[in-house]
Amino acid sequence: MVKDNEVKIKVKNLNVWFKDIFALKDINLDIYKNEILGIIGPANSGKTTFLRTLNRLNELADGFHIEGSVYLDNKDIYAKDIDVNELRRKIGMVFALPVVLPFSVLENVIYGIKERIKNKKKILELAEEALKQAYLWEEVKDRLYDSAYNLSGGQQQRLCIARTLALEPEVILFDEPCSGLDPISTFKIEEAMVRLKNNYTIILVTNNTKQASRVADRTAFFLMGQLIEVDTTAKIFTASKDKRTEDYITGRFG
Amino acid sequence: MNPIREEKIAFFFLFLSTLLVVIPVGLIILIIIKNGLTAISWEFLTDVPRAGMRQGGIFPAIVGTIYLVLGAIIFALPLGVFSAIYLNEYSKKNILSRLIRLAIINLAGVPSVVYGLFGLSLFVIFFKFGTSIISGSLTLGIMILPLIITSTQEALQTVPKEFREVSLSLGLTKWQTIRRVVLPSALPGIITGAILGIARAAGETAPLLFTVAAFYLPHLPKSIFDQAMALPYHLYVISTQIPNIGENIRYGTALVLLTLVLGINLFAIILRIRLRHKKRW
Repeated sequence: MVKDNEVKIKVKNLNVWFKDIFALKDINLDIYKNEILGIIGPANSGKTTFLRTLNRLNELADGFHIEGSVYLDNKDIYAKDIDVNELRRKIGMVFALPVVLPFSVLENVIYGIKERIKNKKKILELAEEALKQAYLWEEVKDRLYDSAYNLSGGQQQRLCIARTLALEPEVILFDEPCSGLDPISTFKIEEAMVRLKNNYTIILVTNNTKQASRVADRTAFFLMGQLIEVDTTAKIFTASKDKRTEDYITGRFG
Repeated sequence: MNPIREEKIAFFFLFLSTLLVVIPVGLIILIIIKNGLTAISWEFLTDVPRAGMRQGGIFPAIVGTIYLVLGAIIFALPLGVFSAIYLNEYSKKNILSRLIRLAIINLAGVPSVVYGLFGLSLFVIFFKFGTSIISGSLTLGIMILPLIITSTQEALQTVPKEFREVSLSLGLTKWQTIRRVVLPSALPGIITGAILGIARAAGETAPLLFTVAAFYLPHLPKSIFDQAMALPYHLYVISTQIPNIGENIRYGTALVLLTLVLGINLFAIILRIRLRHKKRW
């Protein structure tokens, strides 16, 4: 549970359009420091769009339009003076399918820091630390210079997590990180997430409601671009206020 | 009709069509080798033309073609790759960028003799480069530019969108992303396009007619502002302007040109295969 409710990210009256598609409708949500916020909801409910609004990745899409504001530590991340590259280093992201880059394991881990940190020893330290935090170090320490494509799917996804951790971010966005993985790999990643929350704020989008109930401190339910409700995971799963939340969790739709 | 019989008939016609494509290619190569091989000798490849081009070799034409092609690619490759990057990675998808794309496609369809006239008026006359290697190189360069832009764009489009997203999400700028992930992944396709451009430039006659080609120049060019002989033009000259020339000299010249172009193409294919292997680690 969250001890001190220090707000890390504050989302206020957020509306998002892609051309004429109204993707997110008036979202208001506080995300606390060192919590895991689970986001559940059926396909096309705006979960991923919401996530990509937080690190400004939506801007790459055609016809993206946003109203309302998102604050990180009380600073509007859509303000003109924000350095978007710096923002994306503070708010790291792990994608649904492991996207390893066509380099070695080590080159993948240091991809985001190589150009900013000139000290080679420091880079290697950061890489080792990141791999350890992602529970991958033991498995890859002897094959750092092998192609990352030779790793298994679960290892590749943990490599992606390590690559994000190497940035030393403050927030980590997970976009259905286990959707293509077997139960054992899923377990390892969930274990990593739970330990990571001591140092990071984590937002986990998942299609697997059970995953949210296992790892999330609080859970938000999205439906058709709207935030239906958000509460502690226990409450959402046992005593949700909204009928639609209950229907979704018990599998009556979605 | 019986579907199995139908299948057999369809297969027969498909095979026949394929065969009809292969036959001319094979015949061209065969005839040129048969008629030209007797002319090939060390002297033919390394000597200057003699006795009104009826004897001696074609060395200046080979060197001229190499110079021209090198010049063309030095000019066209960076320009083409940079504009392809701009069009594919930076430009917004609006009417202007669509017009530019359309213009490039049309540029690829302009007849080569028109490029020759363009080169004459722009490089030879307006820039006062005269008929020279540089005029010819630039003309050939402009001619292969659309080919390089199109192949580079295609290569860039095969780079997964996810590579770009991941790279940006890790806080790299767009240009860093292009430099570190996109371009290396697109490299095999870009190089293939470049080499096919070289092959195209090496084989063209019309763009050289008014911009560079010397009818007969029994020495090597000394600077890029000199005229030069070139293989395709030399072949045209000895085939149409020189009476009583040995048949084997014509075919020998054609054989050298064909070997050069096919060799470059083969090189492109091998390089692409090797880079593909490397790409996947």
